[in-house]
Amino acid sequence: GGSGSAMDAPSGAGLGGADPQLQRFIEVETQKQRFQQLVHQMTELCWEKCMDKPGPKLDSRAETCFVNCVERFIDTSQFILNRLEQTQKSKSAFSESLSD
Amino acid sequence: VSAGMESGFGSDFGSGGGGGGKLDPGLIMEQVKVQIAVANAQELLQRMTDKCFRKCIGKPGGSLDNSEQKCIAMCMDRYMDSWNTVSRAYNSRLQRERANM
Repeated sequence: GGSGSAMDAPSGAGLGGADPQLQRFIEVETQKQRFQQLVHQMTELCWEKCMDKPGPKLDSRAETCFVNCVERFIDTSQFILNRLEQTQKSKSAFSESLSD
Repeated sequence: VSAGMESGFGSDFGSGGGGGGKLDPGLIMEQVKVQIAVANAQELLQRMTDKCFRKCIGKPGGSLDNSEQKCIAMCMDRYMDSWNTVSRAYNSRLQRERANM
């Protein structure tokens, strides 16, 4: 394991000191910020792919494109993580067999 | 990709309840939320300006003519529409991921 975002902060750790309310607040706000940042990033990327000339409204074709774009971006991110994990597993299996 | 998101993003913390210190944790949290909101607005504006400049301004003239201004205005609205569409789509995806866990 260990792939993916580092969201599993140990409880009672240093952030926010001893105050659990503050710590919880930091966890929640950090998650919210991650979400916001990704929306910013995907909007920027998908704008390039989906928007021609800005019109009086977002037509349904562009809207569909944006939705697909978000889904495919997340698929891409997951694909990369999964494949990375696979290649690392096969590497460690190789080095284990060497040390036998 | 964070899969363990809260379902809503409107969590609120009441003020007080801290350990009787001089600093009110509730007040600090509210101030931090405001600062975060400001930072997000700035981020949005910066990216919107970049995109709409690219879409609407060809060869830069001596001033923004009427068509350029109209284009920028429309572009701003479309960028907001796009941002909201992306936000909704991402949120749906996260809910779906959590439901499958």
